[in-house]
Amino acid sequence: MVTSSSLVYLIGLPLFGAVFLLLIGRKADKWGHLFATAMSAGSFVLGLLHFFAMTDRPTEERAITQTLFTWIEVGNFKVDAALLLDQLSICFVLLISGVGTLIHIYSISYMAHDENRRRFFAYLNLFVASMLLLVLGNSYLNLYVGWEGVGLASYLLIGFWNKKPAYATASKKAFVMNRIGDMGLSFAIMIAFATMGTVSFDGVKDSVDKVSTPALTAMGIMLLIAAAGKSAQFPLQAWLGDAMAGPTPVSALIHAATMVTAGVYLIVRSNFVFDAAPTAQLLVVIVGAITLIFGAIIGMAKDDIKKALAASTMSQIGYMIVGAGLGPAGYAFAIMHLLTHGFFKAGMFLGAGSVMHGMNDEVNMRKYGGLRKAMPITFVTFGLGYLAIIGVPPFAGFYSKDEIIATAFNSGGAQGIILGSVTLLGAVITAFYMTRVMVLTFTSKPRWDDGVHPHESPALMWLPMAILAIGSISAGYLFTQGDALVNWLAPLFAKKGEYEELMPHSVVSILAITAVIIGVAAALIKYQFKAVDSIAPTDVSFATRLARNDLGQDAVNEALFMRPGQVLTQGLVVMDEKVVDGAVRGIGAMTVLSGATLRRTQSGFVRSYAALILVGALILLSAIWVVTQ
Amino acid sequence: MTLTLIMLIPVIGAALIALIPASQERLVKQVALATTIVVAVATIVKALNFNVENTELQFRQSYSWIPSFGINWALGVDGIALVLILMSVILAPLVILGGWNESEGGRWGVKTFYILILVLETMVIGVFAATDLFLFYVFFEAMLIPIYFLIGGYGSGERAAAAVKFLLYSLFGGLLMLASIIGLFVISGQNGEVTFDITKLSELHNSMSSTTQNVLFLGFFIAFAIKAPLWPFHTWLPDAAKAGSAGTSILLLGILDKVGTYGMIRFCLSIFPDASKTFTPIIIVLSLISILYGAFLAIGAKDIKRLIAYTSISHFGFITLGIFAMTSQSQSGATLYMFNHGFSTAALFLVAGWMIVRRGSSTISDFGGLQRITPIMAWSFFIAGLSGLALPGLSSFVSEFLVLIGTFTRYPVAAIIATFGIVLAALYILIPVQRALHGETTPGNENLKDLNLREKLTIAPVLAIIIFLGFYPSPLLKIINPAAAHIVQQQGYSDPVPTMNGGK
Repeated sequence: MVTSSSLVYLIGLPLFGAVFLLLIGRKADKWGHLFATAMSAGSFVLGLLHFFAMTDRPTEERAITQTLFTWIEVGNFKVDAALLLDQLSICFVLLISGVGTLIHIYSISYMAHDENRRRFFAYLNLFVASMLLLVLGNSYLNLYVGWEGVGLASYLLIGFWNKKPAYATASKKAFVMNRIGDMGLSFAIMIAFATMGTVSFDGVKDSVDKVSTPALTAMGIMLLIAAAGKSAQFPLQAWLGDAMAGPTPVSALIHAATMVTAGVYLIVRSNFVFDAAPTAQLLVVIVGAITLIFGAIIGMAKDDIKKALAASTMSQIGYMIVGAGLGPAGYAFAIMHLLTHGFFKAGMFLGAGSVMHGMNDEVNMRKYGGLRKAMPITFVTFGLGYLAIIGVPPFAGFYSKDEIIATAFNSGGAQGIILGSVTLLGAVITAFYMTRVMVLTFTSKPRWDDGVHPHESPALMWLPMAILAIGSISAGYLFTQGDALVNWLAPLFAKKGEYEELMPHSVVSILAITAVIIGVAAALIKYQFKAVDSIAPTDVSFATRLARNDLGQDAVNEALFMRPGQVLTQGLVVMDEKVVDGAVRGIGAMTVLSGATLRRTQSGFVRSYAALILVGALILLSAIWVVTQ
Repeated sequence: MTLTLIMLIPVIGAALIALIPASQERLVKQVALATTIVVAVATIVKALNFNVENTELQFRQSYSWIPSFGINWALGVDGIALVLILMSVILAPLVILGGWNESEGGRWGVKTFYILILVLETMVIGVFAATDLFLFYVFFEAMLIPIYFLIGGYGSGERAAAAVKFLLYSLFGGLLMLASIIGLFVISGQNGEVTFDITKLSELHNSMSSTTQNVLFLGFFIAFAIKAPLWPFHTWLPDAAKAGSAGTSILLLGILDKVGTYGMIRFCLSIFPDASKTFTPIIIVLSLISILYGAFLAIGAKDIKRLIAYTSISHFGFITLGIFAMTSQSQSGATLYMFNHGFSTAALFLVAGWMIVRRGSSTISDFGGLQRITPIMAWSFFIAGLSGLALPGLSSFVSEFLVLIGTFTRYPVAAIIATFGIVLAALYILIPVQRALHGETTPGNENLKDLNLREKLTIAPVLAIIIFLGFYPSPLLKIINPAAAHIVQQQGYSDPVPTMNGGK
């Protein structure tokens, strides 16, 4: 029977793997990948044991804590290094270590020809360990360590091929934008401590009803900023597209299935704060809704398969954020969509990697086409993920997205109608851009470059894809059977208020399916039934151009922050030299250096001055000595 | 072993070196290294006897020196001083080992180099342990001499000019402090017995008019602000850091500059509590300017050593902010910050020094692609950099967060402004990391050699300390907390109560 004392090994195994493989160096090149995979798998098995043990315990005893040691204690600020495994974190533990292990296995083959494969696996292990710490920490400060740890792992992995300057820049961009979010997390922790004197989840939960609403609103907004940074939500979304510079398994694990969903975790974990701060909660919904559409629009215009999927990830997380912003009614559905998305999006990214593998690392979908026959397994597994994400019943995404749309409508009033419409519109666009990806890659006529001979990937690569595809098929059904996931998570959240179903579930489902049909049909007409150019047409509308440029997100950031920042930096450099230092040098020059040449006078002056101090001090001391005897 | 005896060890080492023939360079280096190791061990053993429950000065020793002026050879430490002494004596052998060849090609030969360092070590222990103001002042000023010769004689580039600038700035500050000390001396005479004893001096403030307090306070504060350095007294630092050898820069930025922030705690706060309160708003503003200004200049720096110097200006801003925010978290955080900054700056300068020696240039853009050519050196620089940007899990995070959260409970706006520093920190570290370690190999770097065994042995303990204290800072916090809390209490402050319990 596993007990709470083994929680630390969930993190410890992959952490050990990372440190060991980095320290041992090239000696481990032959087997390092296997070792790292074993560490991740070990974590998964331990996670499973914990899961079964948890289901055996009665509801009120399911959460367990392991306190390792006192981390920081100064005055009344006391933070333990402690881990909390409850119904919410176990979902993440299984997702992270499970999908993580599959992606380790996939990478064995995907990275087989990279001379730094061992280092890649060390980074993957580091990521898994940090991500597990993020979801297992029992306080905001412990979470913070994992939070920046995954940021570091993400930085290392995006820049894994940092010989290419653009990739190195992408990794830096991701880290810096994430730090803006981290600043939000810092503020949230400071507010918690200043108002409640604690930063642990339990402590904050027990204190919220004694704290003023403005303080909680401020804390909620800061948590939202943190979430926006990590989860690539508006307005901190610009790093995710560039992050596709990393090897594709990284995009699948970190930038689709797990790390980018940490923001959703943070908001759901902080449900007690948001429930007591309606304004912050409303902002959560707004941010989610904007990103949902924002990402989907970008997704329609991208020809790079990974960037199209990245835009889709942004949009799908927008759905989760909307769910998380809907309060007790939506938390469980946000998590449900997060988990199903973890399966189908990771599966599709691995599929994209498989396609790239067979196409000489080409990422431009306009050079694909007709891969259905050349890569049948990839086609089927990717296709199942496709059906899941657009929300075709009975695939996973249908259930989870449907629930979010329904909850949005049922939130009532004008908000309900607007939100419900936005989520439905998102469903239309999702169906469109995903069908576009499907058609351009697999079912349209081949537009391959010369010398490209697509082939199916080896079993080590397609097996993980197949397992994830099973998840894409079944996860939604399993989670909703008898409201399994909702009931499982219910003890963590406030009871959802009695609300009447403003729109019957069946109507929502019909609307959602209609949305899918519209999107799919539009994409089929545009791409399947017309020839596709292998070079992106340039005579396109302003809107298309804007979407291709990520709706101008980089231009805005550059104009608002980067260029003013550069000007400020240059200005300060000049000021420091000319004004601050100049004033001092001016005074010095006037008093000391009149006449003689600067250099000679200076050094001559100082040597004598130094001698003078020494002699003077000695004389002074001996004089005092003599006088006082 | 008493503090005085510990201070004597480096002097004995220096004397031994003086006796060795100049041709025996290797032996000179070995004796220097052995001496600093003995000092480090002796100090650590001594520190194990430190009673953390006690907020009084410990390990006290006092011998009458100049009785008619009430001057004593008086030593003693509280938790804050002890931690800084520990930092200094642990860094000293690493500086010697890391810069094994720095003394060669200097102006005055190898022997002088190590004699200067060892004498400096004695003075550093003295300056942190002195409980007599006059004794403190003697060490404070005398320290300038070895460091001046280390920069001017063993540096590179415009070393003479940089050494002069450093000396003039410091002398100017020292002069102001001397004036204040004489003032204090006179006042102590008017109130009975003349004395330089810190404890007795800290009882004088009731008999000083607020104008007197303010004027005397400024004499001390400006001297310490130059040393620390705080904006706008900082412009000597980048020049000195660039001109000095890596080892000298570690001694200067890692250790000597802490005398400034330490002095603020020990003298400005305890002797002039009312003036400290009066000037707190101004000092907090200067700290915030330092944090952001230093960070921006680090972002704009093209020279790697100047860059590290500017990051230090930013970090010293955090330290002074913590000192004057007057909560137990910010105060403990500030001292812990001093310790951690010593190691993270040492790590940065050590690796930067090795990079510069190999490449023959300290311009960042001359490097490039080092991660592939010299992976261990690149990793060392990267981890040191992460410590510089205060990544959670590394020691600097704990201290930076303590300063921020402690400041927030009393001065939320200041804490919010300071927190913007963490975004800038990501930039000023990752920009040089990208330029120097990533990208194509810049011509001229193809044949650079990776770290040798000596260099690995130097950097490993530094990084180990940085990582260990990131996860387990308790040993240090246990030493620091009582002293820091005592300071806060002495100033008449208590920690703000959480607002939900009636705090405002």
